[in-house]
Amino acid sequence: MGVFQSYRLRLLRRRWLIRAIHKRRELRPIVDRTHQIRSSDLLCFSTLRNEHVRLPFFLDYYREKGINHFLIVDNDSDDGGAEYLAEQPDVSLWHTRKSYKRARFGVDWLNWLQFRYGHNHWCLVVDPDEFLIYPFCDTRPIRALTDWLDASSIKSFSAMLLDMYPKGRLDEQPYQPGQNPLEIASWFDSGNYTVEKNKKFGNLWIQGGPRARVFFPDRPEKAPALNKIPLVKWNRRYAYVSSTHMLLPRGLNQVYDEWGGEKASGLLLHTKFLDTFSVKAQEELQRGQHYAASVEYKAYAQTMRDDPELWCKWSEKYINWRQLEILGLMSKGNWA
Amino acid sequence: MSVGIVMLVHTDFDRAKQIARHWTAAGCPVVIHVDASVSRKAYTSFYRALVTDPLIRFCKRHKCEWGTWGLVAASQSASELMLDTFLDVRHVYLSSGACVPLRPVKELIEYLEARPRTDFIESATTADVPWTVGGLDEERFTLRFPFSWRKQRFLFDKYVELQRRVGFKRKIPNGLVPHMGSQWWCLTRQTLSAILSDPERDTYDAYFSKVWIPDESYFQTLARQYSSNIESRSLTLSKFDFQGKPHIFYDDHLQLLMRSDCFVARKIWPHANKLYDTFLGKGSVTTKMAEPNPAKIDRIFAKAVERRTRGRAGLYMQSRFPNDGWENGVTCGRYSVFQGFSDLFEDFEPWLAKATGTQVHGHLFSTEKVEYSGGQSAFNGALSDSAAMRDYNPIAFLTNLIWNTRGERQCFQFGPHDEQWISWFMAKDPNAQISVISGAWAVPLFKSNRNFADLRREAAELQRVESQFLNTLRSPYAKARIRIWTMAEFIEAPMEPLQTVIDEMGQSGLRRLSEAPKMADLTGFGQFLQNLKNQGMHPYLMGDFPVESSDPNQKKPPRKPYLVQ
Repeated sequence: MGVFQSYRLRLLRRRWLIRAIHKRRELRPIVDRTHQIRSSDLLCFSTLRNEHVRLPFFLDYYREKGINHFLIVDNDSDDGGAEYLAEQPDVSLWHTRKSYKRARFGVDWLNWLQFRYGHNHWCLVVDPDEFLIYPFCDTRPIRALTDWLDASSIKSFSAMLLDMYPKGRLDEQPYQPGQNPLEIASWFDSGNYTVEKNKKFGNLWIQGGPRARVFFPDRPEKAPALNKIPLVKWNRRYAYVSSTHMLLPRGLNQVYDEWGGEKASGLLLHTKFLDTFSVKAQEELQRGQHYAASVEYKAYAQTMRDDPELWCKWSEKYINWRQLEILGLMSKGNWA
Repeated sequence: MSVGIVMLVHTDFDRAKQIARHWTAAGCPVVIHVDASVSRKAYTSFYRALVTDPLIRFCKRHKCEWGTWGLVAASQSASELMLDTFLDVRHVYLSSGACVPLRPVKELIEYLEARPRTDFIESATTADVPWTVGGLDEERFTLRFPFSWRKQRFLFDKYVELQRRVGFKRKIPNGLVPHMGSQWWCLTRQTLSAILSDPERDTYDAYFSKVWIPDESYFQTLARQYSSNIESRSLTLSKFDFQGKPHIFYDDHLQLLMRSDCFVARKIWPHANKLYDTFLGKGSVTTKMAEPNPAKIDRIFAKAVERRTRGRAGLYMQSRFPNDGWENGVTCGRYSVFQGFSDLFEDFEPWLAKATGTQVHGHLFSTEKVEYSGGQSAFNGALSDSAAMRDYNPIAFLTNLIWNTRGERQCFQFGPHDEQWISWFMAKDPNAQISVISGAWAVPLFKSNRNFADLRREAAELQRVESQFLNTLRSPYAKARIRIWTMAEFIEAPMEPLQTVIDEMGQSGLRRLSEAPKMADLTGFGQFLQNLKNQGMHPYLMGDFPVESSDPNQKKPPRKPYLVQ
């Protein structure tokens, strides 16, 4: 990469940061418990809207894995989720009514919060329907992972989005608050992912899974990106560029080995496809606040009307991280 | 009281306290060295907590940076204090705050008492071991290293480069033979005091203080001068990964550590509560006088390093995306590609499946849709049959298919009708077995009932595509197992090539072919080809077919069934 290109990326990064700092005015603190954050704490950042039903399990899952503090932007929920979050002892909450789309799908807001509170912390950026799986996650907390990453001088950790879905119609089993969504959405596609390299940012671009298979069989190039880098030892000079798909400086995107080896990586189990999905898809379609003119949601609405089943004969049922590792969806790398 | 513990501590003081008390509780004196870069506050509280213990001493503090002399200076100061203060110590054991005794201390004492004159120190000459990471082995001892590797990497590298270019070489004093090994040793009083009170010590110290990573070579080299009985292994279980940093043990390693029978292990993750509780608790570990046996742990860590450096062949995913040529195998298993067979034989696919017990697909790269075996609409790994999805990334499609069906050989048909993008990839892949009957595409044309003008156009196109494919297969870069027969050649004796191809697949439990696939009736094929020629389109890929007699009334003897021997 030439000097010119690297300078351009530097300007781009500056621009996203300035934009994020500017966008801080859109956030109004509801409960600010950030004084509780200690220097070694693991932080979780999230933007959400009307996800009340998912919150109890989401918080418990990550508390159990060792997250110390949650910093959450509520994009004008009206389902009581904000009130619920405000009561939690380890949550700091901001509210905004502004456009999700114009905050680049929430990235600007979180870039600001990470700039302000995430410096020198390991920061996890996830949605309430994403559950981080990493090697040995059944026996070791996230801190074991981040300590190991620190010792290995690794600053970012990859976790591809793995879409989970139920067997049968999506609306067959209603989801209850506090319930593990993986009890319902316990199936996934194990081996239909395509990987390409994005030369400009140096990240991988991964597509596939049930969304590509069911919603975009004729237009695979439109299928959503699944590559994510949600766990980063943050520095206030860093910025997410597009969701958590890629970052700047581009060295942070180098989460893969190019010389035949495997780096350690995890997965984000994506439990979007529950009974709540069709309502959500309808609502999001009306709001038009999603990526690429909500093309994804249009495709969903179309397909879901006809035959809302993602499961197929070759779907794989989730057991544990070792299964995902053997299938080659994630890797232990040299962590043992 | 026969073993004294020297402990180097720089972090995690609570765990260090716990370990120090564990040693003294068993009657072992402990001398602690705290890194000079530790803050005064942290040091004071640590010091206060332990100084009341009559068996614990604190020695002079040195600044310890990885790879520098400080670590040796720390070990020297602490050892001197140990030997001077605790006169009945016979062995001195060098350890750190992250070293945890896995067996009761009593067993270690007994073990050492039974070997009163043995020095346990891993010590090998640099020429004979491949341990070093980063390329500096012999040069560790012949160059100078005044710059920090961690903080002044640029200067470090440049200075090494400069010395290499100038041809600078340090002289090793007094004919010492440099040895290297694990920095965690256990030496006898005799050897250790001889090293520390050597009249030449100043010379040695001056020399080693500019050596790269002297803590892995100072004692290891000098022990060779004095010891009468070196056992070249470390009593501390300490494994290093490919970057030279120690592996860390967690709670889930408990069984593994217990079964290793090692005396001491490092590093233990400071939050691995179960490990600390188990190994520092009293009497929870069963007693047996076994020799340390870390083989199983070695295997696990060796595997981890291999996973990191070589990875799984044929896997492309979020954290493994090799550059061209670095895949260690572009696909993960063998597969077979057949071109022309299903044109020439009417029942080739079911026949092949029966004869070999493999998974036999139709034309996977057909322009219409992916023809999985049995006409399935999806396949292993939830691969879709959409041609658009396959063509979006044909290489990923094929590598995924082969990866998803690990352990089961895949066979599929290929032909000039199909999408051809994948042909280079297959030709270069040593896992591919490609068998071609060239010109067999003409058989379906011959059988079809279409206008001759259309047939002629299509034949020309198919011939062009197939001939390009054959050129690819004949390229010097092609690495697949490739066999090409002209159709004329093949039908002379079809069983022999079939047998060769199937034998090479190496499916276990195969007998010789007893049943042949049914060949299409080729009566009149020669004339068909001649007609094409007469129209100016010369089909040459199928080889020479004689034009049969044009007299339709002449009786031809029925073709003999070919026999299988």
